[in-house]
Amino acid sequence: MSASTAVRQNLRFKGKSYLALVLTPEEPYEAWIEELADLSARSPGFFATRPVVLDVAATGLPPRDVKALVVALDRIGVRVMGLEGPRHLKLPPGMPPLLNGGRQASGIEVHEEGEDSQPKAAAPTGSLVVENVRSGQSVVFPDGDVTVIGSVASGAEVLAAGSIHIYGTLRGRAVAGAYGNPHARIFCRKLEAEFLAIDAEYLTAEGIDQSILGQPVQIWSENASIKLNVLR
Amino acid sequence: MGEVVVVTSGKGGVGKTTTTAALGAALAAAGDTVCVIDFDVGLRNLDLVLGAERRVVFDFINVIQGHAKLTQALIRDKRLENLWLLPASQTRDKDALTEEGVEYVINDLRSRFDWVICDSPAGIERGAALAMRHADLAVVVSNPEVSSVRDSDRIIGLLDAKTERAERGEGIPKYLLLTRYNAARASRGDMMAVEDVLEILSIPLLGIIPESEEVLKASNVGSPVTLSNPASRPAVAYAEAARRLRGEDLGEVVVPVHKNGLFGKLFGRNAA
Repeated sequence: MSASTAVRQNLRFKGKSYLALVLTPEEPYEAWIEELADLSARSPGFFATRPVVLDVAATGLPPRDVKALVVALDRIGVRVMGLEGPRHLKLPPGMPPLLNGGRQASGIEVHEEGEDSQPKAAAPTGSLVVENVRSGQSVVFPDGDVTVIGSVASGAEVLAAGSIHIYGTLRGRAVAGAYGNPHARIFCRKLEAEFLAIDAEYLTAEGIDQSILGQPVQIWSENASIKLNVLR
Repeated sequence: MGEVVVVTSGKGGVGKTTTTAALGAALAAAGDTVCVIDFDVGLRNLDLVLGAERRVVFDFINVIQGHAKLTQALIRDKRLENLWLLPASQTRDKDALTEEGVEYVINDLRSRFDWVICDSPAGIERGAALAMRHADLAVVVSNPEVSSVRDSDRIIGLLDAKTERAERGEGIPKYLLLTRYNAARASRGDMMAVEDVLEILSIPLLGIIPESEEVLKASNVGSPVTLSNPASRPAVAYAEAARRLRGEDLGEVVVPVHKNGLFGKLFGRNAA
């Protein structure tokens, strides 16, 4: 076998989630662009640091006008990364790619100039869920750690940017460090999980050592694999 | 003002309609006025279980669409004079149920009866959502098996999110009724244990209904099991659940045990 036929054994793909800023054009469009230009001037870096998606579903604009909007936005320093909901799926060349299947997230705050210049003390971003997370429910925390006082049922899902602490039984899915934090961990008082993930690494129920089930466990990521140990 | 109860489960075939009929009859037998409503538009069954299928003239949808008055659609039970049925339509689909229509009917019934019991369709779609919408209390019916328990868990989540009471921040009381409990299978470990179901669902237990042929027999003759054979084990269990609903303190629910006599030991497989 010659060296040239050597194939890379593991082609790995990583998934990452980013919170995108979605702009919805409002009529009159000239005034709308002007308002954005004003905001961009007052809060430098507001648009530069975030992926921006233009949602034109409600406008029903023809491709020509969508292109004009993207160009106008580019002129005021807003680079559109993706388009959502254009009436015609065939877009002129040079347009950003189509996006769909976005999930609603909380609003993004705008900081005025001056406020941004002095670094803020890290705000407490922890969140608390005092009840059981029932089957079919999905609780998502795009900031910080989350503590669940109850249990996470089979078919339920907890997703957090930071670590996840579950004082009840984890029977469903838990995804810690979901926005790209390999140091996040999952803790639960009783492990019976269907799915565990930290950042881009994951483990399904089949991959969990049976002897560890039913015990208090911590889960973390090390050397690109998921580690579990019993908490005593 | 009467109490509106939703009998719900998520999964189909676990005993919602049987439970609605049995609890309704038991409450009526105890002297309360009761109206049972079939929310399963398109697949109605409650009229059959109550033996009223030949007496349906107008239905829930007719009332909602203004084609009949509520009093014209209500069917009085032949055995219990304070038990009434509001049948579903078999020919329409569930989209014919409107939010305003359901609210109007429930509020009207609430002012006439001590108990309004809503028999929810299976699933988590519109019909089930509307059945639970105005409830003051929920009876979650589950069989002791994993798929049923998971679906019940899902329904409990919806009860806590989508009911009027939940939206007002009052919370809705939820009780578990474990049906088709087979003590023999439980003793062999072939079925989920009561404590495991309770640990997962973590809501109070209203009763445990043993699996029994009596339930099937009762449905076939169009009679709630609490009336067809009041001495049978499921009937006794339903009657006890109804007393708990009425606020009687009966202590903890007793888990049925499998009595394995000498005969049972020798021919264990057939003993149930």
